[in-house]
Amino acid sequence: MEQNDNNIDQYRRRFLERSTAVLAGGVLAPGVFLHAIAQARPVDEAVSGKVRWGMLIDSNKCKTGCDKCVKACETENGLNRTGNPLTDAQWIRKVSLKDKQTGRTASLPLLCQHCAEPPCVDVCPTGASFKRADGIVLVDKHICIGCRYCMMACPYKARSFVHEDVTDQKSYAPRGKGTVESCTFCVHRVDKGESPACVSACEEKAMVFGDMNDPQSELSQLLREVQSTEIRGDLALNLGVRYQGI
Amino acid sequence: MKYPVCREIRGNSPAYITLLLILGALIAAGLGAALYMEHEGHHVTGMTNQIVWGTPHVFAVFLIVAASGALNVASISSVFGKVVYKPLAPLSGLLAVALLVGGLVVLVLDLGHPDRLIVAMTHYNFKSIFAWNIFLYNGFIAVVAVYLWLLMERKMNAYSKMAGMVAFVWRLILTTGTGSIFGFLVARQFYDEAIMAPLFIVMSFSFGLAMFILVLFVAFWGSERPLGEVIVDRMRRLLSLFVLSVLFFVAIFHLTNLYATEHHGIEAFILRDGGIYTQMFWFGYVIIGSLLPLALLNLPGGARAELVAVSAGLVVVGGLAMMYVIIIGGQAFPLVIFPGYEVSSTFADGVVNAYKPSLPEFLLGLGGVAFALAIVAFAVKILRFLPLSLADQDVDPHFKANPAAAAAATRA
Repeated sequence: MEQNDNNIDQYRRRFLERSTAVLAGGVLAPGVFLHAIAQARPVDEAVSGKVRWGMLIDSNKCKTGCDKCVKACETENGLNRTGNPLTDAQWIRKVSLKDKQTGRTASLPLLCQHCAEPPCVDVCPTGASFKRADGIVLVDKHICIGCRYCMMACPYKARSFVHEDVTDQKSYAPRGKGTVESCTFCVHRVDKGESPACVSACEEKAMVFGDMNDPQSELSQLLREVQSTEIRGDLALNLGVRYQGI
Repeated sequence: MKYPVCREIRGNSPAYITLLLILGALIAAGLGAALYMEHEGHHVTGMTNQIVWGTPHVFAVFLIVAASGALNVASISSVFGKVVYKPLAPLSGLLAVALLVGGLVVLVLDLGHPDRLIVAMTHYNFKSIFAWNIFLYNGFIAVVAVYLWLLMERKMNAYSKMAGMVAFVWRLILTTGTGSIFGFLVARQFYDEAIMAPLFIVMSFSFGLAMFILVLFVAFWGSERPLGEVIVDRMRRLLSLFVLSVLFFVAIFHLTNLYATEHHGIEAFILRDGGIYTQMFWFGYVIIGSLLPLALLNLPGGARAELVAVSAGLVVVGGLAMMYVIIIGGQAFPLVIFPGYEVSSTFADGVVNAYKPSLPEFLLGLGGVAFALAIVAFAVKILRFLPLSLADQDVDPHFKANPAAAAAATRA
């Protein structure tokens, strides 16, 4: 009988221990997780203009010939190559630069610059090109009529037209033949508190992603410290992507 | 002056039937091409992510520009009160609407999603000149339709002057809108120019009148109606003036660019190093489309209808060449993203963008032209658009058949 009581005590103790562990895990883990992704926004909360997503790319760290960011983008967003480079979509590309006068060379990834004043949004007749409150420039695939005026207007050739049927689409990155598309800053990842795929893939840590409006973010601190450049800054578009080393 | 008498054409001659059949075949080919492009996707065309607007846009923009210009003859009659042009006003309005419809059909069928036309009609971004153009194009058709009705319904004729004025102002705004599609492209070296709007207006005068002359003369020759020297000479002088005006604006456009160092690259490309685009500009537009017609139009010996028609044809060819240079040449030159740097990438940065027009694109464009002409050919058969006679004594109230004899009669 006493033996039985001991057994029950043991079971009870084990049950309590495990329950507590599960409970603690259940309560604390999301907190820890959320802490890690403190900038993530609850799904039921509207995108806010308090945040402005941006990026700093250090071309000094960007290795010539490395295209891990490009590959990561293609994999993440389901951009399958068809073998026709002239019509394949490229949301991010590696560009090699050589100063005509000095001969200095540089390498950098070029993607949608997520302008604060995007020309693609200005010219779009239907409003399919739009800018989210948090600065991410996107295309609404349902109202894009495929006129390609945004591609004419983009100063960075950041947009691609889907020239043929698309296969193996990712549910979070819908594409459509006959519509225009471009880098989304991996909005599906950003909304979960993660960085864009290209940033995560860059082993040189040449790309830093974050909230330009948060003075404490790594990005804001870097932008305050280092000298950075906007490509075609003369157009005064207030870019979300800044470059270092060019 | 006599009220101009317009009548339907009989429209049962073998030539007329053949014309309709040819136009019908071209329209069918154009529709087939559009269906093919839509089904397969644009990779079957010559267009790419670098040359995003191709041959269909050359035809479409040409037709839209010519459409507003085709209305000039009616405007000269209604707005500026030149009675000689009054019999031509209905055809002028008809051709304007037909060319616009032809151009819009090409533009719409080239969209990635022509099936979403209803979206374009229900979602508007009013900062986009494209969105404004949708109103301007539809409005133009409505305004000219009302104007035509007032012109052709004798009881309402008194109001036609007012409607003509509205149509004239509307067409100027419309072409401003078309030119501004390019003028507002802030980042493109060949387009970002305020002169684009007036350049397009003056091009519309020239290309539109050339199309009008071709349609008028062919219709008159085909229906065996008299075409007098007075009208031919007016057309000759007007076309000369418009061709010269376009040359002037084109010269100013390039001179302004040549002055600014940042544009030397694109100017060297278009004017000297651009291969097909350079040839299109100098041979296509300047020589064949401007200097040759100017010479033909101003040959000593007065107006000859055949020479005026040939000149108009050359102006049309030159106009298409000019559109090719503007639309495709402007995109072929590598976009300057990093001034001062040599650039290379997997996305054709820093290189001249290759473009080879494809058959479907060409057929679609041609189908649009055929559709516009078919509208005219059909309309002149069922409604009274064409004057019965443009003989000198019928158009010019002060016409004297033989000036010497008339003078002698006066003295006596």
